[in-house]
Amino acid sequence: MPVKTTSPAPPAFESWGRYPKHRADIVPLYWTSDFPLHAPSSSAMLPVGMGRSYGDSCLLDGGTLLDARGLDRFIAFDSATGLLRAEAGVTLAEILDFAVPRGWFLPVTPGTKFVTVGGAIANDIHGKNHHVAGTFGCHVPRFELVRSNGQKYECTATQNQSLYEATIGGLGLTGLITWAEVQLRPIVSRKIKYEGIKFVGIDEFVALSRAAQHLEYTVAWIDCVSTGKNFARGIFMQGDHSEQPEDLKPSGKPKLTLPVDLPAFLMNKASIGAFNALYYAKQYSKRKNALVDFEPFFYPLDSVHHWNRAYGKQGLLQFQCVLPWEPDFQQGIIQVLKAITASGLASFLAVIKVFGDVRSPGMMSFPAPGITLALDFPVRGERSFDLTEKLGNITAEFGGKMYPAKDARMAPRHFQQFYPQWQEFARYIDPAFSSAFWQRVTALG
Amino acid sequence: MASRSVYPPNRILVLGATSAIAMAVMRQLVTPAAHFFLVARSKEKLTAVAQDLLVRGALRVDMIVADLDDTQAHSQMLSVATSQLGAVDLALLAHGVLGDQAAAERDYFIAEQILGTNLLSAVSLLTWLANYCVSQGQGTLAVISSVAGDRGRKSNYVYGASKAGLNAFLSGLRNRCDRSGVQVLTIKPGFVATPMTAHVAKNRLFATPERVARGILSAVRKRKDVVYVPWFWRPIMSIIKVVPEPIFKGRDL
Ligand SMILES: Cc1cc2nc3c(=O)[nH]c(=O)nc-3n(C[C@H](O)[C@H](O)[C@H](O)COP(=O)(O)OP(=O)(O)OC[C@H]3O[C@@H](n4cnc5c(N)ncnc54)[C@H](O)[C@@H]3O)c2cc1C
Ligand SMILES: NC(=O)c1ccc[n+]([C@@H]2O[C@H](COP(=O)([O-])OP(=O)(O)OC[C@H]3O[C@@H](n4cnc5c(N)ncnc54)[C@H](OP(=O)(O)O)[C@@H]3O)[C@@H](O)[C@H]2O)c1
Repeated sequence: MPVKTTSPAPPAFESWGRYPKHRADIVPLYWTSDFPLHAPSSSAMLPVGMGRSYGDSCLLDGGTLLDARGLDRFIAFDSATGLLRAEAGVTLAEILDFAVPRGWFLPVTPGTKFVTVGGAIANDIHGKNHHVAGTFGCHVPRFELVRSNGQKYECTATQNQSLYEATIGGLGLTGLITWAEVQLRPIVSRKIKYEGIKFVGIDEFVALSRAAQHLEYTVAWIDCVSTGKNFARGIFMQGDHSEQPEDLKPSGKPKLTLPVDLPAFLMNKASIGAFNALYYAKQYSKRKNALVDFEPFFYPLDSVHHWNRAYGKQGLLQFQCVLPWEPDFQQGIIQVLKAITASGLASFLAVIKVFGDVRSPGMMSFPAPGITLALDFPVRGERSFDLTEKLGNITAEFGGKMYPAKDARMAPRHFQQFYPQWQEFARYIDPAFSSAFWQRVTALG
Repeated sequence: MASRSVYPPNRILVLGATSAIAMAVMRQLVTPAAHFFLVARSKEKLTAVAQDLLVRGALRVDMIVADLDDTQAHSQMLSVATSQLGAVDLALLAHGVLGDQAAAERDYFIAEQILGTNLLSAVSLLTWLANYCVSQGQGTLAVISSVAGDRGRKSNYVYGASKAGLNAFLSGLRNRCDRSGVQVLTIKPGFVATPMTAHVAKNRLFATPERVARGILSAVRKRKDVVYVPWFWRPIMSIIKVVPEPIFKGRDL
């Protein structure tokens, strides 16, 4: 049995945004049999993975975090079908290291490979291929869930169906996922046939997305600083796995890390503007084609470990919403961008993508047909919180919803509007489990 | 006899195969030619380890569930293991317990258990394995000791004594085996983030099992005698070892 530890200052487990700061005990799990704990703590528990969620969905104020990262073993792999069974703390990076040389790839991948299988299921994450592949949960046919009463459930779409649906996108609240099966997809090359296209304005972005519907990966970077005729300018990025058979051996590992906390003032409007301009200038012609390794294509930021520390000790906030086509996605996006520009808290990163209509089995899954937009900005007290509040209001007004994995500020009334099924979902929550996020968004008010 | 061992080793015996450090070493040794024989006391954990190595591409993984404190059973267990493997290129001894120092101060029986697992069981296993390796004229005996064996401290001197005894035994064994082609490697890790230290607050001196495993395997490859992992523990311990006892004894260590 693992021994309980008290965390020293500062918090031993932080989310990627490093905001808010909550303190909890951490119990590392090393074996799938380590949970349930023999002496269950009277306070709440929550499983955590790599802490790549931005806000407080992977945090608890008090209570016990079950660090599932030590559940890092592969269990079985069918090299004929690409079905991998792995413990829940295995990261997508570890899956890639294993699978790519064997000619297999992740069915869905987020913008970082440093997330665990358990975390990927609990947030039912999406990637650049949402319009064709749906969410991660669409490719997880089976997993095991262990509840705090010691009950083990093997869950599939037909077996323990409700727990299956509640756990995919279930924010870690339904129990501990000990292992899961992930259906990989075949590749013959590490390379992505990439095309980058400059655009100006939401219309052009939507047109490019429609034209690229048959391609596996689409996403765009959008400049949040420029106004006037450059408003909503950006680069549309599309890609497909290369079909030219090639060496599948890995390239060098990322080394560069940001070892210190940069002061927040370095992240001011000027430096972010310069950054955005530079990024935009790299793309000199209207269209640019290249055959690129999948690593820089999917994980441009992973080569800088802990880039989040560049935002300083106060941390950063993410905002990600999806706005449905109806009533008026265009107005919605424009209002979001304008609110950001007006705040002066220009975003380091602004990512925009069209979601498709592949349905996820997940009850609380975030993606929905429409346009999704993700941005981050530094925590600057009330100014930042005013902005998130404003963005939440715009999202609500345009019938959209916000992504819990990237949230630290969503108002309870907004959450309950975005996820009207939340009370139905609450029936499947493990009575011993909770999270700072859940306590916040289900509070009265 | 000149040492002609090949690296990486293909026939690998691991005692205490559910150790986190052992797991990291084994993963780095997986090749399509790697045949592992694993021994540990929990069937459930051992199965998880064996499956992981097989999925990663090991040629073959065999295992026996055994409590290594039972020295009576060692010789039979080792005959089975070595005959399954055919020969031993590398034997890794990774089992061990930190023990409860405070309890051991109150109760000799607790101290005896720590010495039994960390020292006596290793002496028993190594006696058998050394004879086996000498007669096959090759093989590496890699034994995980600890920096704690370099000098006793009040916070863990029973554990430290078990590792110090192990160090002396290994140095003598190395002396004996020197002309036989057998490598005897004493591994001295510092703090490693594993289940054994799960209850200890982590500081910058903690290393990952993966890093420690790289250090161990590099020492195997270079046929070293004693390796500190990570390397910086060698200078740290050389200082700690020369602090005069009158000063050392007054410290909170
Ligand atoms: C640079 C970057 C880019 C990103 N890009 C995307 C993107 O493109 N698309 C996207 O969808 N997300 C994206 N994310 C968010 C990230 O993919 C999710 O937050 C993911 O869930 C993080 O996984 P984790 O292992 O770090 O889990 P954590 O953040 O530690 O935990 C996330 C949730 O999973 C639960 N959980 C973890 N392990 C288990 C388990 N074993 N059993 C049950 N519940 C568990 C936790 O309780 C928590 O609710 C990005 C994040 C970063 C930092
Ligand atoms: N972690 C450190 O900081 C550190 C530092 C210096 C040296 N070391 C040494 O490194 C070695 C490996 O430890 P670790 O850090 O990898 O910790 P670990 O994961 O806890 O490994 C210790 C292993 O020893 C096994 N074991 C204990 N008693 C046993 C017995 N009687 N029979 C069979 N197996 C037994 C345990 O099995 P169960 O899982 O069944 O209990 C466990 O798998 C140990 O010798 C330790 O002393 C560790």
